[in-house]
Amino acid sequence: MDNFFDLVPLVVMIPLVGLLINLFAGRQLGERGVSIVAVGASGMSFVIAVLLWIAQVNTGYEAAVIDMPILSDWIVIPSANVTIPWAFRVDTLSVTMMLVVTGVGTLIHIYAVGYMHGDERFPRFFVYMNLFLVFMLILVTGNNFLMMFVGWEGVGLCSYLLIGFWFDKPGGVGWKNSDAARKALIVNRVGDFGLVLGVLITFWTFGTLDYYREGEAPIAHHAATDAEAPLFAPTLPGEEETHAVSGPLGVFNQAELWLEEGGHQVNFGMVSLSFETTLTVITLLFLLGVTGKSAQIPLFVWLPDAMAGPTPVSALIHAATMVTAGVYMMVRANVFYHAAEFSSFVVAVIGATTALVAGFIAVGQWDIKRVLAYSTVSQLGFMVAAVGVGAYAAAMFHLVTHACFKALLFLASGSVIHGMEHGHHHVSHGHSGHHDDDFDPQDMRFMGGLKERMPVTYWTYLFGTLALAGIIPFAGFWSKDEILLDSLKTGVDKGLLSGYVGFVLLVVAAAFTAFYMWRQVSLVFLGKPRHAAAAHAEESSRLMTWPLIVLAVLSLLIGFINVPSGFPILGWLLGEHQFTSFLEHSVTYAHAGTFSFLLATFAVLLALGAIYLARSVYSDRVLATLREDPLAINPRTQRAFALSSAKLYWDEFYFKYLIYPYRNAAYWLAEQLDWRFWHDYVHERLLRDPFNAATRALSGRVDKQVIDHSFDGLGHATRRIASRLRRIQTGYVHIYTMSVLFGALLVMILILLPLIRDWLGL
Amino acid sequence: MSGVPSLSDLNLAATLPVSFLALYACLLMIVDLFVPRTRKHITAGLTMLGLGIALVLALLPLAGAARFGDGERAFGGMYIADSFSDGVNVIVLITALLGVMVAYNYLDRIQRQRGEYYSLLLFTTLGVMMMGAAGDLVVVFVALELLSIPLYILSGFRRPQEASEESALKYFILGAFASGFLVYGIALIYGATGVTDFEGIWAAVEEIVAEDASSKYLLLVGAGLLLVGLGFKVAAVPFHMWTPDVYQGAPTSVVAYMSVAAKVGGFAALVRVLGSGMVNFALDGGLVAAWQDTVWLIAALTMILGNFVAIVQSDLKRLLAYSSIAHAGYMLIGVAAAGSAPVADEAARAVIMYLMAYAFTNVGAFAVVIAVERDDASNTGLESMRGLAVKQPLLAASMAIFMFSLTGIPLTAGFIGKWFVFKAAIAADLIPVAVVGVLTSLISAFYYLRIVWYMYFESGESEAHVPVPLAWAISIAAVGTLLLGIFPYLLSDMTHKITLAFGP
Repeated sequence: MDNFFDLVPLVVMIPLVGLLINLFAGRQLGERGVSIVAVGASGMSFVIAVLLWIAQVNTGYEAAVIDMPILSDWIVIPSANVTIPWAFRVDTLSVTMMLVVTGVGTLIHIYAVGYMHGDERFPRFFVYMNLFLVFMLILVTGNNFLMMFVGWEGVGLCSYLLIGFWFDKPGGVGWKNSDAARKALIVNRVGDFGLVLGVLITFWTFGTLDYYREGEAPIAHHAATDAEAPLFAPTLPGEEETHAVSGPLGVFNQAELWLEEGGHQVNFGMVSLSFETTLTVITLLFLLGVTGKSAQIPLFVWLPDAMAGPTPVSALIHAATMVTAGVYMMVRANVFYHAAEFSSFVVAVIGATTALVAGFIAVGQWDIKRVLAYSTVSQLGFMVAAVGVGAYAAAMFHLVTHACFKALLFLASGSVIHGMEHGHHHVSHGHSGHHDDDFDPQDMRFMGGLKERMPVTYWTYLFGTLALAGIIPFAGFWSKDEILLDSLKTGVDKGLLSGYVGFVLLVVAAAFTAFYMWRQVSLVFLGKPRHAAAAHAEESSRLMTWPLIVLAVLSLLIGFINVPSGFPILGWLLGEHQFTSFLEHSVTYAHAGTFSFLLATFAVLLALGAIYLARSVYSDRVLATLREDPLAINPRTQRAFALSSAKLYWDEFYFKYLIYPYRNAAYWLAEQLDWRFWHDYVHERLLRDPFNAATRALSGRVDKQVIDHSFDGLGHATRRIASRLRRIQTGYVHIYTMSVLFGALLVMILILLPLIRDWLGL
Repeated sequence: MSGVPSLSDLNLAATLPVSFLALYACLLMIVDLFVPRTRKHITAGLTMLGLGIALVLALLPLAGAARFGDGERAFGGMYIADSFSDGVNVIVLITALLGVMVAYNYLDRIQRQRGEYYSLLLFTTLGVMMMGAAGDLVVVFVALELLSIPLYILSGFRRPQEASEESALKYFILGAFASGFLVYGIALIYGATGVTDFEGIWAAVEEIVAEDASSKYLLLVGAGLLLVGLGFKVAAVPFHMWTPDVYQGAPTSVVAYMSVAAKVGGFAALVRVLGSGMVNFALDGGLVAAWQDTVWLIAALTMILGNFVAIVQSDLKRLLAYSSIAHAGYMLIGVAAAGSAPVADEAARAVIMYLMAYAFTNVGAFAVVIAVERDDASNTGLESMRGLAVKQPLLAASMAIFMFSLTGIPLTAGFIGKWFVFKAAIAADLIPVAVVGVLTSLISAFYYLRIVWYMYFESGESEAHVPVPLAWAISIAAVGTLLLGIFPYLLSDMTHKITLAFGP
């Protein structure tokens, strides 16, 4: 079973091979060939991930570090004692991520085959998609922060390429798409700047970037499986297990040791910080990276715009996988975050606030994908907040469930868009000349009544909605409930403010979630069609609906992998918090919560209440004559809705207070300082003019008369020499022979020169 | 050593790559008789097959995977199978493979698709390989002729075109003349030392130096004449004058091959004879051989003249001819550095690395010339490069890579070659000649980059035809150039075992 782990490089290599095939032979293969290669590569990766999972289970969840055969010495600088190997890490955390990425990825690949059908850049799309898988898998399987960083940047690149995939759409849409791509890339630069600084400081502090060295086990701290144990019992590191590795430790165990010893100082040249402070700095810098990649306040603004990309991209990259990279990283670094209390507090507050703010904004959107985008931001906020309150397992759990149901929702919305476009096509062809230019297949105001036209999409969408809203027994219920419970417990048990703040904000956000989702279902599927396109929409092809059905089933069932302890019947039937126990082998501070009947009931009732509220606001009667949102008409909610609809003026705020001032400052510096002062005054008045005067004096007499003439002479001389040289190169053999002879003579003289000198007594 | 040596004394297995290829070449000549005129691709394919097998046989010992035979000496010390000869074998076999690939369609185009071409190419290759493995001056001479005579014929292969015939005759007359110098040098060395094998020469030189015997004059003159003979082969100034004429007149596919192969052979022999046979020939009892000054002066002359004259050339083939003269100068720096006993091994490695880099780059550059050349041998002027980047972006990009590499810009193989050669020169305390090398490289940037400029920044009606084998050759050359430039350790790992020293 052990050598199963050696398969892990294949997880990355197979999509790489797939993309290379499609890159070089995509045109020849045709759509069919390209899709077989791309989907096959993704599927094979998934199979390998499953094999790795089985191997994990069978080897007692032992982590393994696998060196890549030819890259084992990735970065080696002997003089600086730097060694960063290209090594893969197989442990329960990375296996979880691999399963999510390749599993959901494969389904989305299949869906995309249908969705992208007929696109002129079909092969390129799948090259990018496979490339994304490569980088995402590098990100989650790497055994050091630098590999993670490589993956991190790589997925960012793919995100950029795929958001702007339709950069050349006519009518200004192309510009919008490429602007969105640029925005994503630039905003992420800010976050990555923080991440790379964090990685550098980590390296400076520990002298290595490896999570754990080969053969080194995480120092186990506590038996959190015991539900009765206090959550954050003080424990002594290294008590239970002694690590067998000699030499430097990986960063996490080294951190534990230093924390245990206490008083370790990290020297930064001029300043020296205590190790605890250093950890706070590192984790805060990491957090900056997370706010970029995982779209948290203050850097979340790129994600809603990123919906300009094709819908499978939104599902795969901007909902299920890439944006969760930040959560994965923080869970990976849970040892750091556990130790850095202040950072954890900041993480919790940022996450919870993001969840609420994005949930609020989602209510006021008309674009079907935009609602989902803000919903994603909001759910990512849930995960980040979970990390902040120390609920690492819950964060991962929510990541997994969210990957399923959010991918489902995006894919279903893609199916809706497809159907609408189809309907619109049908209509505008039926009545020639009838063209309404303001038709937008993504605008929910044009939809309505799609329930009858697209039943599969409707039912799967409904599953996704219920999962997202957190209705028992759908997946979202279990994971969201665990996050709420954990934050409350952190507040109560530990007396931490972050717990209370997080809990309150998240509960409100959860209510918003249910509300905006039901608003969306009502606008899209219920009532009567409000536009001819909606009336003629058609169900999508089977390639697209099958993944929907699989994901819908997953959205229903995936929550059962982590039934909390104390849950009646199901807990006994399926085993309690299986997933958490699984994760505990690699996430040191993972812990499981006990089921709280009260809280669960409260949460479900809240969600149901929000759904009821949404249903009553967007009733069939209102929908039939919908022109404006009922909330926008109602004087009591008018202002709030306007605020939500305008996305809280977040972008405008950035423009007004950051981008314009920056631009003005740059303009001022360029115009006044550089041009007027430096160029006009210093260069021209102080330097050029006197210089000109001096040169004018010099040039007349000195240059024209003396120097010019001598250079002319030199030029003539060169020409003469060249022509003489050319005369030697006549092509006549006897001349050449003579030259060899003279050369031989020259060599003789040269080689005998020392002896000749001796003779002459020089 | 009297009597008939037994087969095990011969240690034939150690010569496996060479003896295999020799047999193969003879067989190919016969087989080719049965290949009809219209199906010469069979001959070409068989040639590639033979070269490929020989390449594997040469790579195996170099990679340390297998060592043929028993020890390094074969034929009673006449043949040395060590890392140096392995390195030479690999370089020349790669060059020959590329040479066949660039030649096949070219021969069709000029309507000279003959089987002899491939056999002759194989024999030349054999000559080069033997020069790299020579352990005796007699072998050097035989190998030199084996290398040269097929090249004379190949230069005139484009019969009855006048330029081609002229270049063949010119090359032959001058080559014979230079061979005379070489043989005379060998004779003098034999007169001075009484032996012709390098190990014997090495021992004899030690005695001569120790006793300060008068035979040192003979030895010096002999070494000088050797330098003349081999300097002619590698086109060092002032024995270079045949180069532009021959390169311009000979079929381009021949030039692509021989501009590298002849140099590989010449330098292999130079390093063997001077760097290992006479490295201890220090008149003042020091560590610097007496011939070093002469070699580095020639190197400096060669670099200066080659680079300066290249500037005014308007024909691509002539320009590349002068460029190849200039590069002979850079490699001569390495030979000169081998004259300092402590640096000898490092210098030999540098020369091998330079040759490897040069092989990919120069064959590639000539292959591009083949692509733009018209069937009547015209259109090889610099203006044929104008606007190539628009018409043939990949071809232009490859050419740009070759030009960068010839200039010695980092991330290309050429830079790595220069780096090691200059490093060896500095280690041997030959700083002035290293400075000349750097400065002339700077000058060379002018004419190399002008080609890049023509391709990318000027518009013109350039035309090119790139059949599949040629495209493969150019791609391999370009990839090789970049690969060696980006991963220099590929080269240094390959050559790190090279040692030259005899004796203790």
